[in-house]
Amino acid sequence: MQDASGAVVAFEHVTKRYPGSDAPAVDNLTLTVPAGEICVLVGPSGCGKTTSMKMVNRLIEPTGGRITIGGEDIMSLPAVELRRRIGYVIQQVGLFPHLTIGENTAVVPKLLRWKADRTRKRTDELLDIVGLDPARYRDRYPNELSGGERQRVGVARALAADPPVMLMDEPFGAVDPIRRDGLQNEFLRLQSRVRKTIIFVTHDVDEAIKMGDRIAILQRGGILAQYDTPAAILANPASEFVERFVGADRGLKRLSMGRVRDLDHIEPVIVRSGEDRAEIRKRLDRSDELTFALLVDDDNRPLGWIDQHDLRGDGPIDPGAATPGAPTVEPESTLRDALSAMLGSSVQLGVVVDERGRVAGLVSVDAIGERLRAPVRGVDGELHEVGEADATS
Amino acid sequence: MSDGEGPIRIGWIVDRLDLLGELLRDHVILTVLAVVIGLIISFGLALAIRGSPRLYGPIIGVSGTLYAIPSIALFSLLIPITGVSIVTAEIALVSYTLLILIRNIVEGLNGVPPEAIEAANGMGYTRTQRLLRVELPLALPVIVAGLRIATVTTVGLVTVTALIGLGGLGYLIVNLGILRGSSPFAATAIYTGVALAVALAVFADLALLALQRALTPWARRRSA
Repeated sequence: MQDASGAVVAFEHVTKRYPGSDAPAVDNLTLTVPAGEICVLVGPSGCGKTTSMKMVNRLIEPTGGRITIGGEDIMSLPAVELRRRIGYVIQQVGLFPHLTIGENTAVVPKLLRWKADRTRKRTDELLDIVGLDPARYRDRYPNELSGGERQRVGVARALAADPPVMLMDEPFGAVDPIRRDGLQNEFLRLQSRVRKTIIFVTHDVDEAIKMGDRIAILQRGGILAQYDTPAAILANPASEFVERFVGADRGLKRLSMGRVRDLDHIEPVIVRSGEDRAEIRKRLDRSDELTFALLVDDDNRPLGWIDQHDLRGDGPIDPGAATPGAPTVEPESTLRDALSAMLGSSVQLGVVVDERGRVAGLVSVDAIGERLRAPVRGVDGELHEVGEADATS
Repeated sequence: MSDGEGPIRIGWIVDRLDLLGELLRDHVILTVLAVVIGLIISFGLALAIRGSPRLYGPIIGVSGTLYAIPSIALFSLLIPITGVSIVTAEIALVSYTLLILIRNIVEGLNGVPPEAIEAANGMGYTRTQRLLRVELPLALPVIVAGLRIATVTTVGLVTVTALIGLGGLGYLIVNLGILRGSSPFAATAIYTGVALAVALAVFADLALLALQRALTPWARRRSA
């Protein structure tokens, strides 16, 4: 991973009051987004998440407090110049219908008066980065593209002048759920390369958990309810509001975040066709966790479980005796998928296999439970016990 | 109408090609002048309306009233003030373009997708850049549609200026036609005048349409 090209964004006691309204839209918001991280602002409608985001590029002017980017007050620049240094992606994408894809991507470089060949090189590079072949797409118009393609152009346009900070307002909100998942993954891969500081607005808790390095949950009246890592918020909701907002299934959501590779693996007792039963019994007795041996083929791929009953007597093991259907999971599988696979089998163990299907270890349902009880790293960098009261504020 | 000839005397026309050319030229000049001036004024007023939308009602009301005044009546009202001059003709002609042009410019600008404006603001366009590079190009089809109606209307109205002794193809219809009803060439003059005026209107309309197509290639291509 390269160094973050992003800059720290800090809100210091930021308040927004609209004239004629007693209650502030954003109330004394203080939070810091470290360089190169994605901070998701999430909350119900009317919580001030979009207002908070739009104050960063001064589409909405704060009425109190201070916002800094890389330590510099955003008020120290004319608003128009500030905006040219901040990437901006909106839900409806907002490509200009009368400009080609190349011209759309080149909007900010052109405002910054880049030389034509530099702009041209940069737009081609960007289209390539977001997965659109420049030769094929450069000269087309937005209405000739699909929704997903337009969204990618929107991201390319926001990245054009290599801004340290990007603002994204429900960027995948208008895309259907299947393509949204693809675009989200694609964007996370892109972000791991460009490492911008991103302020990302959504009303969807699952999207917040998936996209955010950290999440700011706002509640009505623009009050910050909790600001922490997704894991810490799910493990220790700071208030009843947060608990309700993240949902009753937050345990399952935590399972979706964890991966099999994070679990402690158990060394399996491996058995091949023709091995001696007494020998296997001895090996199985030595293991205090296992009551089953795992039968594998010549390539070390799992075939099924061998239990004590199959091992009675002497002589070579009969491959036909194995109970077939050992559930396999991959290191990248989510704990949720692994648990689902394991609960569906009689032996509540999962066989971790590598990309070629060879046995790499075993995981147990207990290990998943332990994982959920393990301390969680918070936004402060410290580990916090699950259920620990007032872990963060 | 002797010699078995029809009402159209080709010979009369051929003998007067120079005159026809001159009248056509005058007609074009009067039309273009009116439309261009009308467009400039309408732009100013449309931008004023955008600045304070409350102006829309009064401005449309006034230009609608102007539009409703019969052209001959308007000429008669103006002659005591500006005399029999091109100024009189243009004041009248320009006032007839305003209603259509202002309405279409305002409609065109209002029709710009809000997300394009939001994106332009967020991207760091100044107000002027946004107007010139985003809003006007996107409003162009609607503006040109208004321009076409205004132009065709003006081509028709210019013929009426012959009544106050200004040139244009109306000279054929009024001076050489209606006012010389007994002449054997009156009908030829009237038909020629009407045919040329209609041809000019159709040509101007198609030319503007072609111009719009050339300027808005994005509005046509569609697929995916």
